[in-house]
Amino acid sequence: MAERRPGRYVARLIVVVYLFLLVAWPLFLVGQNTFDGGLENLRSIVEDPDVVHALRLSLMVAVIAVVINTVFGVGISLLLVRYEFPGKRLLSALLDVPLSVSPIVVGLSLVLVYGGRNGWFGPTLEDAGIQVIFATPGIVMATVFVALPLVIREVVPVLEEVGDEQEQAARSLGANGFQTFWRITLPAIKWGVTYGVVLSLARSLGEFGAVKVVSGNVLGETRTATLVVEEKYLNFDKGGAYATAFLLALVAVAAIVVVSVLRPKEEDR
Amino acid sequence: MTTATLAPDRSATRRSARGGRRLDRYSGLGLGVAMLWFSLLVLIPLTAVVVTASEGGWGGFWDAVTNEQTAAAIRLTVGTALGVTVVNVVMGTLIAWVLVRDRFFGKRLLEILIDIPFALPTIVAGLVLLSLYGPESPLGIDVHNTRIAVFLAFLFVTLPFIVRTVQPVLAELDREVEEAAASLGASRFTTFRRIILPSLTPAIAAGAALSFARGVSEYGSLVLLSGNLPMRTEVTSVRILSSIENDNLDNASAVAAVLLAISFAVIVILDIIQRRVIRRG
Amino acid sequence: MSIEISNVSKRFGSFVALDDVSVSIPSGQLTALLGPSGGGKSTLLRIIAGLEQADSGSVRIEGVDATGLPPQKRNVGFVFQHYAAFKHMSVRRNVAFGLEIRRRPKAEIRERVDELLRLVHLEQFGDRLPAQLSGGQRQRMALARALAVEPTVLLLDEPFGALDAKVRKELRDWLRRLHDEVHVTTVFVTHDQEEALEVADEIVVINDGRIEQIGTPDELYDAPANDFVMRFLGPVTQLGDQLVRPHDLVIHTGDPEPGAVTGQVSRITRIGFEIRVEVTTGDQVVVVTLTRTRFRALDIEEGRRCGSGWRPRRSLTRCASVEEARCRSRHAVTTPSGR
Repeated sequence: MAERRPGRYVARLIVVVYLFLLVAWPLFLVGQNTFDGGLENLRSIVEDPDVVHALRLSLMVAVIAVVINTVFGVGISLLLVRYEFPGKRLLSALLDVPLSVSPIVVGLSLVLVYGGRNGWFGPTLEDAGIQVIFATPGIVMATVFVALPLVIREVVPVLEEVGDEQEQAARSLGANGFQTFWRITLPAIKWGVTYGVVLSLARSLGEFGAVKVVSGNVLGETRTATLVVEEKYLNFDKGGAYATAFLLALVAVAAIVVVSVLRPKEEDR
Repeated sequence: MTTATLAPDRSATRRSARGGRRLDRYSGLGLGVAMLWFSLLVLIPLTAVVVTASEGGWGGFWDAVTNEQTAAAIRLTVGTALGVTVVNVVMGTLIAWVLVRDRFFGKRLLEILIDIPFALPTIVAGLVLLSLYGPESPLGIDVHNTRIAVFLAFLFVTLPFIVRTVQPVLAELDREVEEAAASLGASRFTTFRRIILPSLTPAIAAGAALSFARGVSEYGSLVLLSGNLPMRTEVTSVRILSSIENDNLDNASAVAAVLLAISFAVIVILDIIQRRVIRRG
Repeated sequence: MSIEISNVSKRFGSFVALDDVSVSIPSGQLTALLGPSGGGKSTLLRIIAGLEQADSGSVRIEGVDATGLPPQKRNVGFVFQHYAAFKHMSVRRNVAFGLEIRRRPKAEIRERVDELLRLVHLEQFGDRLPAQLSGGQRQRMALARALAVEPTVLLLDEPFGALDAKVRKELRDWLRRLHDEVHVTTVFVTHDQEEALEVADEIVVINDGRIEQIGTPDELYDAPANDFVMRFLGPVTQLGDQLVRPHDLVIHTGDPEPGAVTGQVSRITRIGFEIRVEVTTGDQVVVVTLTRTRFRALDIEEGRRCGSGWRPRRSLTRCASVEEARCRSRHAVTTPSGR
């Protein structure tokens, strides 16, 4: 059917303008604001030891969270797709909960359970010398919570698509469970896992609300990069805020570009 | 090895061989560990919110939620999320349509733009919007500290949801079905309304539910943009945070329970939609 | 003439799908467009339906110039290989779709849909969704949907291609009977020569974007215009420099008759009711098919089995002569036998 109608161009124009005004232009302006004094803004933040500490903390937390979520996510995806057990559908639905829970509620829920003073488990843990809330473990837990479904959401469809015939073939050829996973399943789902990891990393680096509640936001100790952006902006250091935001945005955009570049490759495999 | 194949339910097995083996010792252990971790991280903390909210009894809960300032925040959050979802239903479907059916230079770039709100830290998203729609706007449009800013922030962070749920369904649509409708005399508009749109409805509904849930729970992008003015631009998450900061966890939990109820409702809706889609085959 | 196609050409990029094709399709008949995949037959059908625009040439349907008409205005019924069912609508709603578009009164639609569902034997399934039907049932639904609007012509694109062999055969017989009842001008595309020979009143053989031959099944089978048509319509074997049908050859044992070719039986395969004998003559292997009765009467055996096992192969083959049986216009050969 011929699609040479003016409607097509109108639709294209609306979409382009909408995305330009909502995403592209504002994003570009952050870059512009960062560099409007040359490299001055960027230099000021990399020379600020507190900011460097915050960046390092964010990165460390993100890496730990991604590792935990990858192991957990791949494992639970395998269980969901390849095994039968009671309550499977409920679990599958519950795993999506973190996507739609407010980060503030995430933080609150962790404080209620792991808070040092009144939390359900907090005081016991504190007696054992483990501080969760207002410390790094709390930040890690909050970050893991919010990014939890991302790996699962990428891996489950791939596992379903691949099917289990190859795994059965491998087992019939004498491979044990671990060999089957390592040599057959993992290579088949590696792109799904990669997207999940990249998206989780971006999400983890950028978590703000939940971390704000559980971290205590102590300068030079539990203040993460996203908290620095807020603090700098509210303290009228707009240059510093833009520069830190620019670095975080760079990682996010890089993550999306990586995923978008990888995806088509997988299609013509 | 114990192999147990599910009774083949035709409609469900068409796409994927779901289900499969029963748990053995190792997978059972794995499931146990995973469940323990998931419980400690997600289930117990969220239960704690509900339990704490109910500790003050129904009266306490009701008082917390109907507090003038809190009620205004909930109204603003839910109302704006609904409005944004309506915009997303139209724009998201249109964007998905253009991405699937149109071909032009720079389409790849649009694909990337759509995912950016998903990966961008929310505090950065706020700053990003502030740079074009704030006091220093090159367009001369300054919406910061207004309700429009809340709308704009929700619009930004919910952008990908409907696009990304509708796009694959639209791409999979059988073009022959549209040709069949055309040869039966249906105009392009009729074909869209009676054939294409009903096929997309489950995807649009799923995306709308996700978009609504994301809007309702939004916090980070509003911090710098909306000013958090009580009774005017303060959203529910901000109310919860100020309760936490005032060390009033009971109050915070009561309001949080409202948000959780909305999240669970959305998940139930999504599950129902998914089951209906499987039935249709 | 019901459908008049004149000088139609169509390219997809550098691929020539149709190259200056002209054909007339008679009214009220069942015509098959037969040819290999990618030969252009589906493209021709889609151009008739208006789903594809020809680069040049014209299409007239029942005297009306349809070349520039959109599919909506052509009043054709189109049936797709993969059914193109409207998945969210019940079988009834699917069939009623074209009538609803034409804003017919509700009572009339109900009546017509009932009638059609009876015609395609789906009266029990009206309230089901397409997903709850088998492939054959879905295709019958699609056919009822296409017939509902009383199309000038009914076009079917590989209508049975997605079905398994048994259902395909049933539907094929059923389509033939249906056509004898309904009499709508019908064109169907197939790559299965058996289907075309069995069902069609007339066959158009299309290959490489060109028409190779047009004729009744008998004309095509008995007098193929060229080697391509000959090969496409049935099994062939090479005898000398001629193409012949394996079942048109006879085998003699004993003294070779004049004009016959002699060779050695190198392989015997039984396929159900027929026996395939391969005879090696010089550097050629000629395939002959026989009925079992005829085979028994001839008493030929593949060497290994008949010979006295101690000297395999060489000692065992019988001599056989192969001879062309039926006389053919383009393959002038020897004596007609009593086959």
